[in-house]
Amino acid sequence: MSALLEVEGVSKSFGGLQALNLCTLSVESGKVTGLIGPNGSGKTTLFNVMTGYEPVRQGTVRFKGDPITNLAPDRVFKLGIGRTFQLTRIFPRLTTMENMLIATQHREGWLGSVFRTSASLGPERDRAMELLQFVGIEGLANQPAGNLSYGQRKLLEFAYVLVADPDVLLLDEPAGGVNPSLINHLAEKIRELNDQGKTFLVVEHNMEFVMGICDSLTVMHQGAAIMTGTPAEVRAHPKVLDAYLGGEDGEDDA
Amino acid sequence: MSRSRLIRRGLISLLLLVFVLFPFVFSNPTYTTIAVFTLIYMTATTAWNGFAGYSGYIPLGHAAFFGTGAYTFAVIAQSNHLGAGYGMFGLIPISGLVAGLVAIPFGLVALRTRRHTFVVITIAIFFLFQLVATNLGITGGSSGLQVVSPNWPGSTYNDPFYFVALGLLVLAVAASWTIRRSRFGLQLLAIRDDEARARGLGVRVGRVKLTAFVISAIPVGMVGAVYAYFVGQVFPQFVFDPLFDLSIALMAFFGGLGTIWGPLLGGLLLEPLQQYLTFSYSVGDLYLIIYGVIFLAVILLLPMGIVPSVSAWLDRRLAGRDRASPPRPAAGGDGDQRPGLVPRPGSST
Repeated sequence: MSALLEVEGVSKSFGGLQALNLCTLSVESGKVTGLIGPNGSGKTTLFNVMTGYEPVRQGTVRFKGDPITNLAPDRVFKLGIGRTFQLTRIFPRLTTMENMLIATQHREGWLGSVFRTSASLGPERDRAMELLQFVGIEGLANQPAGNLSYGQRKLLEFAYVLVADPDVLLLDEPAGGVNPSLINHLAEKIRELNDQGKTFLVVEHNMEFVMGICDSLTVMHQGAAIMTGTPAEVRAHPKVLDAYLGGEDGEDDA
Repeated sequence: MSRSRLIRRGLISLLLLVFVLFPFVFSNPTYTTIAVFTLIYMTATTAWNGFAGYSGYIPLGHAAFFGTGAYTFAVIAQSNHLGAGYGMFGLIPISGLVAGLVAIPFGLVALRTRRHTFVVITIAIFFLFQLVATNLGITGGSSGLQVVSPNWPGSTYNDPFYFVALGLLVLAVAASWTIRRSRFGLQLLAIRDDEARARGLGVRVGRVKLTAFVISAIPVGMVGAVYAYFVGQVFPQFVFDPLFDLSIALMAFFGGLGTIWGPLLGGLLLEPLQQYLTFSYSVGDLYLIIYGVIFLAVILLLPMGIVPSVSAWLDRRLAGRDRASPPRPAAGGDGDQRPGLVPRPGSST
C-alpha cells in the first residue's frame, strides 16, 4: 500500500458555499481510482486544488510524500501530475502536432527555447506521433486543432498530457459527452496505460465506465470523501445510495 | 514544397533588392524622408506584433519604448557633447538596450493583468512615461532636447538613416521569424489560445510573456533613437505619442495580426499615406480621420487583416482548382475515416 497522491483535510469555500469540507483522499500507486459523487459534491474543485488551479488555506496535498499544496499549475505538471478538463481545453489555432509539443517544453532552458525551432524537435515529434497513434488521431496531426470534433479533442487532450510522461493522470469526466464506442476506446487506453504502470484518478458520472476500469472508488458528498472501497462494495453501500438519492444536493459543479 | 520555398526566397531577395535600390531610384529627399519614417514604423509594428500578435495581449504603450530610445540617444549625445557623424549610430543598440531594461518593470506590472485591463494599464503606464519626460530635468522638460545634425550633403542626407532603418527592419523581421518558428513562439501561441491550460502543461507563462514583451521593446527603442537623430530634436509630446501606439496597432491589424508579412504590409501602406497627407495638405491631423475610417473598415470587412484574408482566399481558389482536376488521394488524412470514433457535433471553434 503506497499512496502516490494524498489529500488530507482540505477545505475550500467560495463565499458561503463550502465546496470542500475536510476532504481526505489517497490515490494508490499503479491503481485506477475513481472519484464519484453527485453534482456539486466537490470533485472538480478537488482536482483544481490538487493541480494548483485553486489555492487553499486549509489542508495538505502530497505527492510521493512531499507536500505540493498551492504549487503553481506548471510546477505541479512538471512534478509528474497531468490532468484533463471536464470541458476539453485544447489550443484551437495550433495544429494537433503543435498542441502535442507544448507539453514537451520542460527539458530545456529559457533562452534555449527562443533559439530552438519547433521543427527541430525530432525525438519529441516522434514521441508525440506515437501517442497520437496510440489514441488513434495520427491522421489529424497537421490539422488545426480547432477543426477537431469533440471526441477527437478529448483524445488530443488525453494524448498531450501523456507527452510529458506523468506518473499520475487526473481525468475529469473523460467519458462525458462522447459516444459509446469512444468510451470503450478510452477505457481500453486507460487500462493499457495502467498495465504499463500509470496511476489514474478519474472523475466520472458514467457508472458503467467507472465500475469497469476502477480498482477502487471514492465517493464524495458535500465536499468530503464519505467512503472508499471496491466498486462492488461501493455499489452496495447504503451511504452511497443516500448521497445520490436522498439528502439535499447542491447545484451543478463547474 | 521546396519549390515554393525557392519561390519565397526569390521573392524575399527581390523585395530586399527593391528596398536597397529605392533611395537611388527615388533620390528626391521628400521621398526618402517618407521612406525613413515608413521603415521606422514598419520596424516598430513588426516588433510590436512579435509580442501582441503571438501572445494575444494587445499593449498600447510601446511609445514608452520609442520615447525611451529617443531620449537615451539624445541624452547621451548631449551630455557627452558628442558631435555628429556615422559614429552616432553606435548609440542605437544602447538605446534599444535601455528600452529593453525599461520594459522589464513595465511588463512585470502590466502583465499581471489580461485582456482589456491589460490594454488600459499599458496606456496608463505609457502616460506616466510622458509625464516624467515632461517634468524631468535631464530630459529638458517640455522644451525637449536638441540633437546635433550631421553636415552631410543635402541630396543624400537621408540615405544613411534609410539604410540604418532598413537594417533594423531586417533585424526585427528576423527576430519575429525566429520567434514564430521556435518552441518559445509555440509557448506564446499556446498562451494566446488558452493561458491557464498552457500553464497546466508546464509552460512558465509569466516568464514567457515578459521575455516576449522585452524582446518586442528593443527594436522599438532602437528606431526611437533613429528618429531622434533623424529629426534632430526630441519633444515629450512627439516621442511619447499615444498616436504612435494607435498607428502601429492599426498597421498590424490592417496587415494581419500575428503574421510576419502583415505588419510589414500595414506599415508600408499606411505610413506613406500619413506622410503624404501631411506633406501635401500640410494638415498634420488629417490622417487621423483617414485612420479612423480604415480602422472601422478593417473591423467590419477584414477582421483578420489583409494577409490572412488573402491567403484564405488563395487557399479556397487552389482547393477549387484541385477539385476540378482529377481526384487525388486526400492529403493529411481525415478523421471521418473512423466512423466509430468521430462524432461531429459541429463544435468547431
